[in-house]
Amino acid sequence: MIIEFGHFALILALLVAVAQMIVPAWGAHMRDERLMAFGAPAAVAQVALVLIAFLSLMYAYVTSDFSVANVAANSHSSKPLIYRISGVWGNHEGSMVLWVLILAIFGAAVALFGRNLPASLKANVLSVQSSIAVAFLLFILLTSNPFERLDPAPFDGRGLNPILQDPALAFHPPFLYMGYVGFSLAFSFAIAALIEGRTDAAWARWVRPWTLLAWMCLTIGIAMGSWWAYYELGWGGWWFWDPVENASFMPWLAGTALLHSALVMEKREALKVWTILLAILTFSLSLMGTFLVRSGVLSSVHAFAVDPERGVFVLAIMVLFTGGGLALFALRARDLAQGGVFSPISREGSLVLNNVLLTIACVTVLVGTLYPLALESLTGAKISVGAPYFNMTFVPLMIPLLLALPFGPLMAWKRADIAAALERLVAAGLLSIVVFVAAFAVTERGPWLAPFGFAIGVWVMAGALSETAFRIKLGSVPLNESVRRLTNLPRSAFGTMLAHFGVGLMVCGIVGTTGYKSEEILLMRPGETKEIAGYALTFRGAAPSKGPNYTETIGAFDVTRNGAPVTHLEPSKRLYDAPPQPTSEAGIYAAWTGDLYAVLGDQQPDGAFAVRFYFHPLVRCIWIGTLIMFLGGAISLSDRRLRVGAPRRAGRAPVAVPAE
Amino acid sequence: MKARMARTRTRYALLAAFAIGAAVSAGQAHAVTPQEILPDKALEHRAREISGGLRCLVCQNQSIDDSDAPLAHDLRVLVRERLTAGDSDQQVRDFIVARYGEFVLLKPPFSAETLLLWFMPLIAMLAAAGILWTSFRPRDAAVPSSAPDLSAEERAALDTLMSDDDTKKS
Repeated sequence: MIIEFGHFALILALLVAVAQMIVPAWGAHMRDERLMAFGAPAAVAQVALVLIAFLSLMYAYVTSDFSVANVAANSHSSKPLIYRISGVWGNHEGSMVLWVLILAIFGAAVALFGRNLPASLKANVLSVQSSIAVAFLLFILLTSNPFERLDPAPFDGRGLNPILQDPALAFHPPFLYMGYVGFSLAFSFAIAALIEGRTDAAWARWVRPWTLLAWMCLTIGIAMGSWWAYYELGWGGWWFWDPVENASFMPWLAGTALLHSALVMEKREALKVWTILLAILTFSLSLMGTFLVRSGVLSSVHAFAVDPERGVFVLAIMVLFTGGGLALFALRARDLAQGGVFSPISREGSLVLNNVLLTIACVTVLVGTLYPLALESLTGAKISVGAPYFNMTFVPLMIPLLLALPFGPLMAWKRADIAAALERLVAAGLLSIVVFVAAFAVTERGPWLAPFGFAIGVWVMAGALSETAFRIKLGSVPLNESVRRLTNLPRSAFGTMLAHFGVGLMVCGIVGTTGYKSEEILLMRPGETKEIAGYALTFRGAAPSKGPNYTETIGAFDVTRNGAPVTHLEPSKRLYDAPPQPTSEAGIYAAWTGDLYAVLGDQQPDGAFAVRFYFHPLVRCIWIGTLIMFLGGAISLSDRRLRVGAPRRAGRAPVAVPAE
Repeated sequence: MKARMARTRTRYALLAAFAIGAAVSAGQAHAVTPQEILPDKALEHRAREISGGLRCLVCQNQSIDDSDAPLAHDLRVLVRERLTAGDSDQQVRDFIVARYGEFVLLKPPFSAETLLLWFMPLIAMLAAAGILWTSFRPRDAAVPSSAPDLSAEERAALDTLMSDDDTKKS
């Protein structure tokens, strides 16, 4: 009964969404206050209805109601509660309901916090946002209905893929979707601006916090996926340039660019047309990611052709919104007044460089991801575009971006003095040279490029700190004056510093683990010892064990360093009950210098075990770096000038961040 | 093929996270096994380098070095056999491509078909440079061009005035 209730709520949500799509926009067109005001309550009703549908589905999962086809196909009664909950979005249908729920939440946020928005802008935004909801609600109800029943109901479900039964992956999709879908607001605002034919700094002030929030969620979502791959897949890889990863990485690149161009638009009213275009493109890339992942086109063009119903539907949604958005842009962009002239050497100029490089990087990833699909459907030729291609094209594009990064925040708006900025970065430059020389001297092996990589990472980190040091006049005024200046710094300045610092730390982690990882693959018998990266691992034997829904073989390893005990690692091989599938759980010891990573393999006929040891230097810096980026975003978001829904004082110009 | 795929631990699982559900499977990650490793360290190092660039044909965008699919195992052994037989790295790759096609190369070869792929970053860079050039320049050029153009009659009148001027001077 609850399932039917949820199903009904979802259908009602579609009807509300249709009304919300039409009425406020019509009201804005007719300048009818009452019709425009319809948008806000409709958005709230929509989110309530989608939430009811979502919770009903979750109820079916939690109570293991296998009369629901979706639950039977993707859950199992023996699963721990947390994975029965996360199982809701661990499958196609349920994840689309989550997609729409997040979309509706963002729409309702505009309705609730957008009291100070101009009425017509708010009405148009809510209409556009609801049009996306209509498309996806139709998609769910027509092609991917999670509420379909089974008769007779099976005795038990088929279970969730065991490698997805993992805490990091349980929360990976919601964060990813909050990122993907969060960019829908930027899209809706862009379309609304084009419909109205005008946009101003207030527009950017509204768009920027939402974009920042979406960017933060996408950052942490991608990082979670990468972290999961690192410890769950069993050899410590953390990024594979897989099309699925690229699908989430492209909106991230475009969203990062959008975040920075919206800054220019807010502060200087420049780059308006570009920012609008970028807002459209960022969400289009999110839609494309949804299409790539949902349609099955990635596994093969033919798989897509065999069961095209869902794929074609999402493709149609993508074409409609991307094409429609771009067509409207082509028609109306000319009407947007250009503002703020600036010299190429300026804060604006540095942000343009950021945008150019991120966009080129995004185009590169896009072409690399879609090329095999396009080539196969056009000529039938099958090629692979894998990690070597992306490493050769993407990485070189990041180098100038990272080198230029510390200059950006040190530049003044309109016209900047590059020599002065360089002067302030002398300490950072010297430090990175020292690191370069040290890395070169200390590591006798490893690729010769790695020391450059470290130097760049340190340059970015030290550059970020230098900028803050300069702002608080560290060293040139008494210390307590510097402290006073530090406490008075706007939070957004802290946020920028942290986010940039996080980028540098992440670069160091990437370089460290890519350049200097070591591995040992061997057969071991109990009592034997193997050394790797200064650690000695002694195999103590393996014993069977039983988990809630799996059986496992746990290997025991004592780890010592220079004779002193360090830790005890217990990698295991698991066999899940439903579906019966093996996984391996790595034993990981995290030290400051890097991760010691042990994997237990198959037992040989003669009793020995195949084992694999890895040492991944600095690998944690990758995720600590992304976490710091996330925190930077959060601190920036808490700045009262950016706070979502903070009242905008009419008639007063935004308080400028002191650039110098 | 399907059964093999099901047995294969693949990163396709990430896709599953998005919701493919139970169709794909993953699990044990063993890839290179101790028995496969060549005693000659230099040769083994070359084998690893080569297999990192070869696609496991039954996996999702995964190299044979990372995969524990039976086919990946066969290919790894094959690579090592060729290396032991004295082939150069390129000869090994050519041997595999001759058997499995260019699809097996994770780094697509430079050819007419992949021209656009390899030049795309450069094209994007040139396009960006062009857009930047035009959008930074016209700000200075905008003032003269904003003056309305002369009509044909006005131009003729101007010409006569100028030539009059010239004749008077001469």
